[in-house]
This record gives sequence, C-alpha cells and structure tokens, in this order.
Amino acid sequence: MQQGVQINLISEERLSRMTSMEKIHLILDDVREGTIVILEKGLDPDEQSKLIEMTMLEILPDGFNGIEIETYPSHEETPGFLRRLLGQRSPARLTVIGPANQLRMIRKDKDVISAWVSTR
Amino acid sequence: MSIFVHAKKRVSRFLSAFFRKRRSRIGIYGPPNAGKTTLANRIAKDWTGETVGPVSEIPHETRRALRKQDITITGTNGSTITIDIVDTPGVTTKIDYKEFLEYGVGKDEAILRAREATEGVAEAMHWLREDIDGVIYMLDSTEDPFAQVNIMMIGIIESRKLPVIIAANKIDLPDASPQQIRNAFPQHPVIPISCTAGSNIEELYEKMVFHFG
Repeated sequence: MQQGVQINLISEERLSRMTSMEKIHLILDDVREGTIVILEKGLDPDEQSKLIEMTMLEILPDGFNGIEIETYPSHEETPGFLRRLLGQRSPARLTVIGPANQLRMIRKDKDVISAWVSTR
Repeated sequence: MSIFVHAKKRVSRFLSAFFRKRRSRIGIYGPPNAGKTTLANRIAKDWTGETVGPVSEIPHETRRALRKQDITITGTNGSTITIDIVDTPGVTTKIDYKEFLEYGVGKDEAILRAREATEGVAEAMHWLREDIDGVIYMLDSTEDPFAQVNIMMIGIIESRKLPVIIAANKIDLPDASPQQIRNAFPQHPVIPISCTAGSNIEELYEKMVFHFG
C-alpha cells in the first residue's frame, strides 16, 4: 500500500458558505485523520479562539495531540488610523493546519510558508 | 426600624450600586513558561502581600485560571486602579503528555497533567471571550515572538477591543531581545521586565494604571 499524506485545499467560496462551527468541525475532523488542511481564506479571530478551545477538548493520550497552524502575516501589520477607528481588520490570509505530530513549520515570512510533513 | 432609616439604606444601596465602578478583570495571557504566574505572584505580593499560585520550570504548571481579587495599584501621580488579576494557563495548540516525562514526571501523572492542561487552555480561551476586561500578554524575550500562537492571541484580543500591554519578560537573560517583541507588535505598548529580578516592574505598574484605569 502506498504511503502518503492527504491534503485538502478548501476554497474561499466554500468557506464563505459555512458557519464558524462547521469550519472548525471540518478542520478538526480532517486533521484528526492525519489530513493537512489548507484554507484559501483564514479564520477570523473568534473562530481561531474557538478552534484552540475545541482542539484542546479533542486531545487524547497516545492519540491526537493537537494542531500545528500557520498563516501568512497580515498585509497590514499596523492598521492605519481610519481602519483602527472603524474597527476594521485585514482579512486573514491563506492558512495551513495539520496534526501537531506530522506537520512542522520550517520557515515563514510575509509571503512564504515552508513546512515539512511526515507520514504517520 | 424607622421608615427613615429603612429608606436611607435603600437609597444608599441604590446609589452605591449605580456609581460603583466594577473592578476590571485583567488576564495574564501568553505561551507556556513565559512567566505569567511569576508576574501574577509579584503583582499580588507587591500590593496585597499574598501570592496567587505555584511556579515551576515544568510547562503548564498553571492548569486552571487563578484569580486574585481586589488588588489596588497606585501610580506615582497618585492615580489608582483596583483590579482582579486572572493568571491563566499557557495558551498553545498542542499538548503531548510525553513532554512532561522529560521533567521526571511518571506516566500516569503526565497524562493527568496533560488532561488538566488541555482543560485549562480551553478555560483560558473561554475567560477571554466572556470575562476579561484587559490583558497583560506575557512573552519570553529570549523566544521568537512571531510564533503563530502569539499572532493569533494578539489578533483575538484586538478583535475583542480589550486594552493590552505586552510584558517582555526575562530581560535579565543574555539572549533577551525585547526590541524584537516591539518590532513584532508595534501597535501595542511593550514593557521590558524581569519578574524574577524585579527589573522595571514599576514601569509596568505605571502603564497598568494608565492603560486599565
């Protein structure tokens, strides 16, 4: 049997049709199975907060031990005065999520994420 | 009881409830082993004479959010704030019980610690969404501040419009680079401190009075 790692690339369009909890369950269900998930558009802060919380509740001894997640930095590290005044934030960019025991980030800068993936 | 005394008490209760400023709950957040409990203990010790929780070199020593109430901090200009300090478990996206084995902890104890740590992180996130009015985000100045968990946490705090002070801890260590933390989060005040050596804690208190007052 061939060894390999499945990668699911989820389009922005598909993500925009999903609720926050649907996105989180989609991510965690895939990642628990050893799949690397790439989101064309990242999660918003509230979804990130819930993802951390839900991830913690899924961790088991000698089983799933959490996620590795990386996203490009925001285009705008320091939001301008008007954006801050209006409470607008830059949209989250492409995000890579995988099982913590399989996905290891090597390097990240503003436009490149370099990761190493191992089979289980 | 006379009708006047009774009425006076009711009016007094109403006025005190109306004008009393609710104490702010200030959460100390950050990755594991950044020195959050050491800072919580120092703040509590300096202003109340008591401590909040135990510290250790083992990650996730704090596995439940611990609250120390009614801490009044006075700035040099005489301004005061009264806050509750909430010391939270280190936030992470992964916990493996095997990490604890490296510190000489037995397997059963390591599994228990890991389970408590996962519950603690989930609880810390819940506190942040529901019950926190301001944040001291604690970072180890010898570590890379661009770690994804830090970027996410600062984004989450900003999205909730909570005032935040970043404490760049462990400046007494030779590899410390608080400037790197300033470069990572230029939009927030960064105070370089050493909790164990007690360096620059007064500046942090000044900033807390100004920022959380």
